[in-house]
Amino acid sequence: MAWVMALVILIALILYAILGGADFGAGFWDLFASGPRARRQRDLVALAIGPVWEANHVWLILVVVALFTAFPPAFAVLSIALHVPLALMLLGIVARASSYVFRNYDVAGDVVQQRWGNVFAYASAATPILLGIVVGAISSGAIRVDPERGFEVLTGFFAPWVRIFPFAVGFFALSLFAFLAAVYLIRETHDPELQEDFRLRALIAQGGVVVFALIAALTSRLGAHEEFHVRLLGSWWSWLFFAAACVVAAITTLLVVRRRYALARIFAAGEVAVVVAGWGFAHQPFLIAPDVTIENAAAPAATLRLLIIVLAVGALTLFPSLYWLYRVFKREPIFEELRRD
Amino acid sequence: MQARASMPYLALVDNLLFARTQMGVSLGFHIIFAAIGIAMPLLMVISEVAWLRTKDPDYLELTKAWAKGTAILIAIGAASGTVLSFELGLLFPGFMRHAGAVIGMPFSLEGFAFFAEAIFVGIYLYGWNRVRPALHVAAGIAVALAGALSAVFVITANAWMNHPRGFRIEDGVFVDIDPWHAMTTPFGVHQIIHMLVAAYLATGILVAAIHAWILLRHPGNPIHRKALGIAMAMVIPAAIVQPAIGDFASKQVARYQPLKLAAMEGQFKTEANAPLRILGIPDREARETRLAIELPGLLSFLSYGDRDAVVQGMEDFPEENWPPVVVHYAFQLMVLFGMLLFFLSIWAAAHWIGRRRLPQSRAFLWCVLLSGPLGMAAIEFGWIVTEVGRQPWVIYEVMRTSEAVTPMPGLIAPLIVSCLLYIGLSIAVIAVLYRQVMIAPGLPPAPGPEV
Ligand code: HDD
Ligand code: HEM
Ligand code: HEM
Repeated sequence: MAWVMALVILIALILYAILGGADFGAGFWDLFASGPRARRQRDLVALAIGPVWEANHVWLILVVVALFTAFPPAFAVLSIALHVPLALMLLGIVARASSYVFRNYDVAGDVVQQRWGNVFAYASAATPILLGIVVGAISSGAIRVDPERGFEVLTGFFAPWVRIFPFAVGFFALSLFAFLAAVYLIRETHDPELQEDFRLRALIAQGGVVVFALIAALTSRLGAHEEFHVRLLGSWWSWLFFAAACVVAAITTLLVVRRRYALARIFAAGEVAVVVAGWGFAHQPFLIAPDVTIENAAAPAATLRLLIIVLAVGALTLFPSLYWLYRVFKREPIFEELRRD
Repeated sequence: MQARASMPYLALVDNLLFARTQMGVSLGFHIIFAAIGIAMPLLMVISEVAWLRTKDPDYLELTKAWAKGTAILIAIGAASGTVLSFELGLLFPGFMRHAGAVIGMPFSLEGFAFFAEAIFVGIYLYGWNRVRPALHVAAGIAVALAGALSAVFVITANAWMNHPRGFRIEDGVFVDIDPWHAMTTPFGVHQIIHMLVAAYLATGILVAAIHAWILLRHPGNPIHRKALGIAMAMVIPAAIVQPAIGDFASKQVARYQPLKLAAMEGQFKTEANAPLRILGIPDREARETRLAIELPGLLSFLSYGDRDAVVQGMEDFPEENWPPVVVHYAFQLMVLFGMLLFFLSIWAAAHWIGRRRLPQSRAFLWCVLLSGPLGMAAIEFGWIVTEVGRQPWVIYEVMRTSEAVTPMPGLIAPLIVSCLLYIGLSIAVIAVLYRQVMIAPGLPPAPGPEV
């Protein structure tokens, strides 16, 4: 049952990446709004994420609560070892959410609105980097604990994450989300000029994805735990995922180049899903390599059983509602409609 | 660097204090937006239904104005709530490590309530032209229900911390965990009811105060009279039942946490016919509460329904388990504010029964305006009673807060950063809302920077 919960958490993480990640990526493009259409680009970003960002954000909360219910020691260990980047990430989350609503609703005039917009853009860019750092630190094998002594954390508060690899993963995450957002944003408007703007941005971001993936791959060896490194790149299915990611990325790029945007949207999401899934599978049986595993951190069976039932019943109400939300807002762009108001 | 390197004892104590303060500040901030997130959707829905029924455009304008404010406040609530979910671990990993498996369940259920709230709030705020009116109202109702549900679930977790059950402890490890038994503690009954009513009361009076303020400046404005009517319709019943529910809460505390009750009341001696103390300064050295107005026998009566019942005093318990003195003051203030709101509501209700409308006088509007912050203040003080009154335990009589706190040194830094953040956010929220109120529907356009 612990494995079921690990899978559920991975799925929630994937959904957070392809939904919530894109909202951060969209905010990132606010930072790089430029040219004669800068203002319209910013408005497009704001209106595209408006109806959905809160719902998308809840996936992260689900990951956290599922983690601390199903694997309490893993949550405790992460909270101690990665206290600093997690706290900074929270700062980013709060800044992003509040500046976003202030930007949309404050009526103090253009200057103030611009200022909120800047906070929104910077916070949107910083948060995914911090998320990536956390993920990178978890995978690097640099967090050591003693499972025999109540999962006491043995490593320091900075050592596991202040290194090149986690930062490479951080920038990789940012480019991935930026890419995803650009592809989604193309479909959020009927305006061909705006579409071209984001097409270009999507291609640039895809370039960033490749570069940072390479850097991460090259630096993963630095200070990583030996056994884990072998697993991450050594087993046959990590190669399978790797190959799949390359193929999907290539197809997505091609679709964007040839302006097949509807399909590109699906493949871009697929690209991110494959990357996150590959990361997750390469991890097992570890939650935090190399000392915390799915087995030794699992909550008692009674908890897991009830949790799975709760999640299953919850999913029955959740997915139809989510479907309604996206059908209402994501079939036809809302941008032109609301901008007139 | 070793995480548990032998830190000086004093540094640890300070760290505990910083961690507790940060938790308290974060929760105290979140609860305001949470309460608004519970009650504001209900106000919007009532106003929207009124519009659909009467086709009076005032109600539509009012709904849209309220919806804007709600959008801002709910987003802050979501952000500050996310901080809390992480902070439970960041500050009290020892607590989460043991309690996660026991009370993760309500938090997971809460996750689905958040989903429902966030999904339907998106449809509600952006879907005016995209879904049919009936479905739009339905989305609003779903938001209101989801908000109330998330409160129910999270309070279940808090009730477990106050009255833990559904597990056994063997060698410091929680075994035989029964999450269902854990999340249905009897302590949750009064907490849930009292908190939900508090949310409707506090939000309602805050909204009423804003509209009373506008009415004082623009007497007779029809939109704002309607707004005041709807808000007071929520406040009056809530304020009238709240003291009775609070009385039930005291009885529950008397039964399950007699030490907390004693601390709330400044009761040092164990005695029959114990007096209810109003005001007073608890003096721990002398073990008596000085300068209090004592109403003989009333505490025994309120706690156990019998004037001669014996009320346990703090002296019955080891001094190291006494909660801090502020519990007494916080309790007094909550009850004071509760009674003020109660009398205001009685006045309004009597007037309404007699003349079928709220009092029109400026005196009434002034009273509503001045009462605006009292509800939120009562919520804050109430939570101080509950949470600080539980000290030194994080899980009542099971785990001390000091055992739960993180080994991370230097917690003063995040504490300062979060305090600054919350102060800044509060100022920003107030400024943004103030400017929203200034362009409220039905008012002459304000001479603002926007031309
Ligand atoms: C609008 C807010 C409000 C008002 C007017 C009152 N309360 Fe309250 N009270 C709360 C808001 C609140 C709260 C913030 O919601 C608390 C904190 C924990 C809880 O469950 O409710 C609370 C807790 C709380 C507790 C502690 C429960 C515990 O530790 O679990 C008691 C004994 C009372 N209240 C009693 C009263 C009495 C006798 C009132 C008489 C007027 C009163 N309250 C008014
Ligand atoms: C929302 C209203 C709440 C407020 C205002 C509040 C307030 C506080 C305060 C002031 C403290 C610090 C205690 C001290 O200084 O002695 C605290 C601690 C704590 N509260 Fe709450 N609380 C609230 C609700 C909750 C809920 C619903 C939970 C649910 C799990 C919770 C969990 C905790 C924890 C884990 C601590 C830290 C340990 C401790 O000091 O006891 N609180 N809270
Ligand atoms: C008794 C105290 C609490 C009540 C009544 C309460 C209620 C609510 C409500 C109604 C919301 C919806 C958002 C809004 O309307 O502003 C919310 C948001 C949230 N709360 Fe609380 N809460 C409480 C304490 C806590 C605690 C202790 C935690 C964390 C452990 C927490 C975590 C969250 C999270 C993560 C969200 C964001 C959900 C979203 O993204 O929509 N809350 N809370």
